[in-house]
Amino acid sequence: MNAKVTSEILEGLMRALTLIASGDRALIEITLRSVAVSGLATVLAACWSIPLGVLLGLGEFRGRLAVRGVFNALLGVPTVTLGLVLYLLLSRSGPLGFLHLLYTPWAIVIGQAILITPLIVSFVASAVEAADPEIRCLALTLGASEAQANLTVLRESIGGVLLAVTASFNRAIAELGVALMLGGNIRGATRLLTTAIALETTRAEIALSIALAAVLLALVAAVSLSMNLIQRRMSK
Amino acid sequence: MKRNTAMVILAAILIAASSVLYLLRSQPAQGRRVLIVSTTTSLFDTGVLDEIEEAFEAEHPVDLRFISVGTGLAIEHARRGDADMILVHAPTRERAFLEEGYGVCRKIIAYNFFAIVGPGNDPAGIGGLPPTEALHRIVEAGRADRAVWVSRGDDSGTHSKEKGLWAAAGYDWEDLRDEDWYRESGTGMGRTLQIAEELQAYTLTDMGTYLKYAKEELITSEVLVGEGEALINVYSAIATNPAANPDANFEDALTFIEFLTSNEGQAIFAGYGADAYGRSLFLPAVKLLRERTDPVIAAWIEGFAYIDGSECPPEYRAGREDLYG
Repeated sequence: MNAKVTSEILEGLMRALTLIASGDRALIEITLRSVAVSGLATVLAACWSIPLGVLLGLGEFRGRLAVRGVFNALLGVPTVTLGLVLYLLLSRSGPLGFLHLLYTPWAIVIGQAILITPLIVSFVASAVEAADPEIRCLALTLGASEAQANLTVLRESIGGVLLAVTASFNRAIAELGVALMLGGNIRGATRLLTTAIALETTRAEIALSIALAAVLLALVAAVSLSMNLIQRRMSK
Repeated sequence: MKRNTAMVILAAILIAASSVLYLLRSQPAQGRRVLIVSTTTSLFDTGVLDEIEEAFEAEHPVDLRFISVGTGLAIEHARRGDADMILVHAPTRERAFLEEGYGVCRKIIAYNFFAIVGPGNDPAGIGGLPPTEALHRIVEAGRADRAVWVSRGDDSGTHSKEKGLWAAAGYDWEDLRDEDWYRESGTGMGRTLQIAEELQAYTLTDMGTYLKYAKEELITSEVLVGEGEALINVYSAIATNPAANPDANFEDALTFIEFLTSNEGQAIFAGYGADAYGRSLFLPAVKLLRERTDPVIAAWIEGFAYIDGSECPPEYRAGREDLYG
């Protein structure tokens, strides 16, 4: 790595530390907003994706594999494509324009929730499929209903489910396309870590971009680590 | 096991609730209204709008929300009703926007100059030439593999200007783009300048972005063809026509246009960048046009950016003649 790049990265890291240490208001606000938007999107998506994942993993109905295939394929949807489609829907001249959601944090929440839905569905489906089939049989023979038996399997596969949720949160908080197209990167309203990084780069504020990127990385790492710890404690 | 499940659900509810509470804070404060402004990147990325926002919001109960996009997309936003007003720099497209009935109350707010920049050794030998002659030389040098041109290629105001310059020099941009030496970056001005730097290429840039990047030492390209009538760059504000988009915040859009053209707003343009760059990035246009303080430049602006002899023909003034006194 040449000297200029190294010094730029070091300068960025120093900048990150100074910003954090001085409690920079804009940085704290952007970081908290990123966490809130992606956290809410993850919880929302989990509400409908986990049951769907269990259904697809354990249910017995025609077309199950086809539906799973569709969700697996949707894992790769580019964020800008999703952003564009939702922009057209939410635009004031679009079918959902009357909701006035475009350029608000709520639009990003919806976009990210949709973005990570296939991720949670596919991971949860795989996790419950991989669980020991004996557990479900045992629960059924002990008099559990179908739903109760499925819930037992879900509890057994809690590790995989938590992994799905963590990965989804990380995907949401690190994506740019949806946040930029639906949020518009408005200061004080919809600016997130990723859109701020993109903006500061075009504004030639390279050190600040690196500082923001460092915060984002630290955040993702912290979430992954703590989920890891929780998962271990729960599976004891 | 049961306890774990309960705790997971509780945690999820807590996360959701605190997120909602936090995000509600981005709603405008009690009694404040929101004005969505789609703006060309050069005004936003240079930071001048940050200063304008601060001054305007202190005086008016309006939260400005800037969406930074190219002129082409800014106009599209306003057409779809997603922006209450636009700040743009492409007079021919602004004219179409007014004529289609989507925009009203156009005011010219500032100007500066585009420049053709390129590597210091200037392989095509264009330094100091008039723009059309310079473009001829770049085409010749490009076809002889001695020069490369990078175009924005993104339908922005700068891209519109570039197409106009090629036409003035007798070339069709649609033909040139198929040639090897002509590259399209498809991205903003800053990235395009950096790409031109990597390729040791020529490009057309607005002076604001160029000065900013040169000062940050991200580029070493030099201004080879600068200030002149052909390279004038004029910024306008246009409100979304309430007749086309009844939802648009027309009242506050006009308040903001009045602010931009007021002595206070114009002084912010005049002063911005003077300390950091040794010159203003944007020059105020209102007094210049009204009092013709510099008749030469006033004539250039009129020639390039006026529509039927006026900054906004009477039929597109939505009854706000007071703006054009």
